[in-house]
Amino acid sequence: MGLASFLKSRLVPADLEAQIDRIRKPIGSLGYDPWGYNNEAIKYGFSVTRQIYEKYFRVQADGVENIPAEGPVLIIANHSGQLPLDGLLIGYALASRAENPRIPRAMIERFFPTVPWLGNLLNEMGAVLGDPVNCAKMLENNEAIIVFPEGVRGSGKLYRDRYQLKRFGNGFMHLAMKYNATVVPVGVVGCEETIPAIANIKPLANALNVPYVPVALPVIFPAKVHLNFGPPMHFDNAEIPEESVTERVEAVKAEISRLIDKGLSERKRLF
Amino acid sequence: MTTKRRPHILVTGAAGALAQQVINRLKKTCDLVAVDFREQVYLGDDIPSYCIDFNKRVFEDLFRRYQFDGVIHLGRILSSQLTRMRRYNANVLGTQKLLDLSEKYGIRRIIVLSTYHVYGAVAYNPALIDESAPLKSAGLSADLVDSVELENLANIYLWRYPELNITILRPCNIVGPGVRNSMSSLLGSERAPVLAGFSPMMQFIHIDDMADAIVLAWQKPVKGVFNVAPQDWVAYQQALKLCGCKKMPLPSVPPVIPKAISKILNLRSFPPYLLSFFKYPVVIDGRAFSREFGFTPKRPLKDIFRYYQNNKNPV
Repeated sequence: MGLASFLKSRLVPADLEAQIDRIRKPIGSLGYDPWGYNNEAIKYGFSVTRQIYEKYFRVQADGVENIPAEGPVLIIANHSGQLPLDGLLIGYALASRAENPRIPRAMIERFFPTVPWLGNLLNEMGAVLGDPVNCAKMLENNEAIIVFPEGVRGSGKLYRDRYQLKRFGNGFMHLAMKYNATVVPVGVVGCEETIPAIANIKPLANALNVPYVPVALPVIFPAKVHLNFGPPMHFDNAEIPEESVTERVEAVKAEISRLIDKGLSERKRLF
Repeated sequence: MTTKRRPHILVTGAAGALAQQVINRLKKTCDLVAVDFREQVYLGDDIPSYCIDFNKRVFEDLFRRYQFDGVIHLGRILSSQLTRMRRYNANVLGTQKLLDLSEKYGIRRIIVLSTYHVYGAVAYNPALIDESAPLKSAGLSADLVDSVELENLANIYLWRYPELNITILRPCNIVGPGVRNSMSSLLGSERAPVLAGFSPMMQFIHIDDMADAIVLAWQKPVKGVFNVAPQDWVAYQQALKLCGCKKMPLPSVPPVIPKAISKILNLRSFPPYLLSFFKYPVVIDGRAFSREFGFTPKRPLKDIFRYYQNNKNPV
């Protein structure tokens, strides 16, 4: 206990602790929620992410105030860069905003819960298995949820395909319509350059039962990251055919594409 | 002058701590008969207690003699007890016999105790599983087939004989004084095995709260399937820490290693077929039961863990 409290005093400043405690989460008596989010663990995660966010990737976040202060929200972004760093940075941007900070949840690949330590660590930081039932129950709990509708198609893409949006799944739109959730599109620029991959070794990925095995240097480059949050979008819960749902998804995708272009034009250099 | 007849209830699994708690709560207002297929227990002069195998013909004599109004079926042999075959006979065939007799003798209320294990622990489980979720357990381990079969049987009778008013309860881990299941022995031990790198979310309900839940279910004849769990969650390894258990990490990947260790060492409270429950979360949503029956658990997790911390190796 002595070591734990010492580490905590070094890693978690009092103001940060107060900020996390101020963000009310529907948690049980021991600080956990049903998906494994832990109010104590997040303080360490927040503290470490602050260094990554401010010092390493020097993130520039614009429009984070577009995310409503309360109520169900789906934060929809482009996915890139092999590791889910984009989710971490979007999450920190929202959790650290001066007014009405929120700790968002991120929907993660189905492969993560099977990885020892990492799966639990991600859960404690608020990441949740990307299952529609999870997403629905969290929207009922008025959570803000980060979703990458491209999934592994986006994160596993090669450097030569950078900033090309892959197919978006329609699941998030059905949930947004059903639970009357606000959709906030985000364009992430910079994560493509963090781990540039030139190829994907599919047979090895199949053998290891992982989504992809990239051929890349074993380093994460300190690319400067731009996050552009777009204006909130609302969709009614009308009975519409799947074709029209796809049109709505395409509208969100077009907005993200616009935000990516904005980020690319703002970017002065890669690092 | 006529006095109102007190309800006659058959309570199975009488040797278990939970049944005894339920009996204590109901004995003032109901006439109870206790049975168990493991042992005969003394529950006081006014409560007849029998040790009977449900598959034997003498079991029917109890129905003739006592003219039951209701059955509270808590006598389920746990997956950590007996062999697979004997468990199947007792849990599935025994329950079928019980339900057949209930139908024959006009029982009007049946409560069946199941377990959250029926959902099965897989990596892709969402949290807050509700009652309509598929029961994956039978496909995952042959040792849990009897739990799922017992439920299927109860479900068939629920629809075929609506007048039986069957309610199936699927509680999370029942723990507390006197409980002899594998989770209770883990929390009560000095050292408990864990799978390295895995600490799934778990739910615990105090035995007193569970007894309250069963009594509430008895009092309101709403049939159906209900999860029973408090709105509180904790990671397994944190629960062990709060119970004052030292962790004994077993290598977790590939999965055959911990299974082999569990088998070779014959870890009774950490059996091979329950290992996935210590790896992946099975978090159930108990809100439907709470709403329907007005149930609020009264004993917080901290109290439960304090009990185990102060009573190492309780039974």
